[in-house]
Amino acid sequence: MDWKIFLRSITVVTEKNMRIYYFKGPVVVFGLLFPLIMFLTFFIGRDLNLVLFFPGFLGMMLFFTASSVGPLITPWEKREKTYERLVSLPVILESIIIGDLLAGAIFGIAITTIVYIACAGIFHIPLSSAGLLGIGFILGSIAFASLGTLLASPTTNNPSNIMMLSSLIRLPLIFVSGIFIPLSQLTGPFFLLTSLSPLTYLVDLFHAALTGDAVYPPWIDALVLVVVIALFVSCAKIIQKRNLVKGI
Amino acid sequence: MDAIEARNLSKSFGPVTAVDDVSITIPEGGIFGFLGPNGAGKTTTIRMITGVLIPDAGTVRILGTDVQKDPLTAKLKMGVIPENGTVYSDLTAEQNILLAAKFYGMDKVSREERAAEILDRLGLTERKNDYVRTFSKGMRQRISIACAIVHSPPVLILDEPTTGLDVYSRRLVIDTIRHMNHEGSTILLTTHNIEEANELCSKISVINTGRIVATDSPERLKKTFDTSRYVEVSFDQVVGPGIFTSPGISRAELWGDKWRVYTDDPDLAVKYIASVAEQKRLTIVSIATSSPTLEEAFVRLTAGA
Repeated sequence: MDWKIFLRSITVVTEKNMRIYYFKGPVVVFGLLFPLIMFLTFFIGRDLNLVLFFPGFLGMMLFFTASSVGPLITPWEKREKTYERLVSLPVILESIIIGDLLAGAIFGIAITTIVYIACAGIFHIPLSSAGLLGIGFILGSIAFASLGTLLASPTTNNPSNIMMLSSLIRLPLIFVSGIFIPLSQLTGPFFLLTSLSPLTYLVDLFHAALTGDAVYPPWIDALVLVVVIALFVSCAKIIQKRNLVKGI
Repeated sequence: MDAIEARNLSKSFGPVTAVDDVSITIPEGGIFGFLGPNGAGKTTTIRMITGVLIPDAGTVRILGTDVQKDPLTAKLKMGVIPENGTVYSDLTAEQNILLAAKFYGMDKVSREERAAEILDRLGLTERKNDYVRTFSKGMRQRISIACAIVHSPPVLILDEPTTGLDVYSRRLVIDTIRHMNHEGSTILLTTHNIEEANELCSKISVINTGRIVATDSPERLKKTFDTSRYVEVSFDQVVGPGIFTSPGISRAELWGDKWRVYTDDPDLAVKYIASVAEQKRLTIVSIATSSPTLEEAFVRLTAGA
């Protein structure tokens, strides 16, 4: 394989997605409004420890922004018949998957960084390790963007079907991820349940980065996120390749 | 080297065999037509050739590069206009072309120069900054073609490029296909428009129920069905088919008020009809000979489809 052409195809798919699907007025406005609404829902009128809950809030922001648009891209392009044109261009399936993933990750990082900087400035959020925070941003955004790409893979050209599936999978992941109740306060089966959500490990990594107080060692959090990325991308590739064989 | 070499392509969707052991070899330089009725397997074959669909069996090479083994290099050599292939509605005409050019690795200056040239050729310069969502079907198809030819591909593959277009857009598309061919591109186009195939193609394959049933030049395909040459005659009186009983006449069919008399020797048939008319005291109102058309060859080849 010609790696130069491959890398170029990833870059152009990413650019195409960002221009057409992400960096458009309504999407960016929603991306910025959503954290504000969530913040108000979380903290206003409740006697919560901001520092204790902020890593969960930040993790949820990254989770939502990185995985929100990705599930719609492929079904939308199949519906609009632009997907076939895209596949006939000098791209391979991996270019499309990685391009979709990177666009979601960049959008997630951009919005979440703005939210973090704003909150850190206003509420004086502590920072224990900038490196871990950076790793968390990168791995978390890629992991959840890859979830978005995986959700886009089933055979459909109707985006509303995928939105239903997306909500059905993403919302439970939030509830079992130790966002609403810190991991350190969970025991027994509840603690085990939280280990099933990849969001748990990102939130834990943010705890390590911001307060230095995490349940798992940071390298385990990072390793789990890497494994999740590999798993989601592999599954997306298998499903999308099967679709190409079936011609759908 | 052949521009396109497809060998033993097969594709089934569940119990339905869409393409069955199709092989096509297209040398560089010509315009090759892929003709067949709806559902014959044209688009499925094209999708396998362009790497959009993975075949169950068979191989495709574009200028020597295997599409399955090295899809990136193979696709760089192609420009593809998919059936009903649309472009991005949320980009302008120019942005669509520039985006396609980026996929083909063209530098900024080349992209912009080529986009301007193609927009001018396709009559869209004044609309270059308009979003494609505001365009008519014909204009969208022209942008689709612009995206496929932006890198001057050595092989241009078009799936039903003129279906549903108005006369002006159709003429522009056909002129562009010819222009690209003169510039050195080998063209493969599918169509169910026989006149279009006859007008454009140097060679035609007819596909029916997933199999190639004939491959030849349009003229030779017509001659394959030489027995379908006929004499069309009308008389001042109603006559029955019984008067057309010469050994050189294969059959006679009533078409409106005319008899179409099929023969392998029209000159002899005309003489015979004139003598019969004289004997029966019939006045010939009109008489004309006709060569077989590609349409007739197509109908005969795809009979029962």
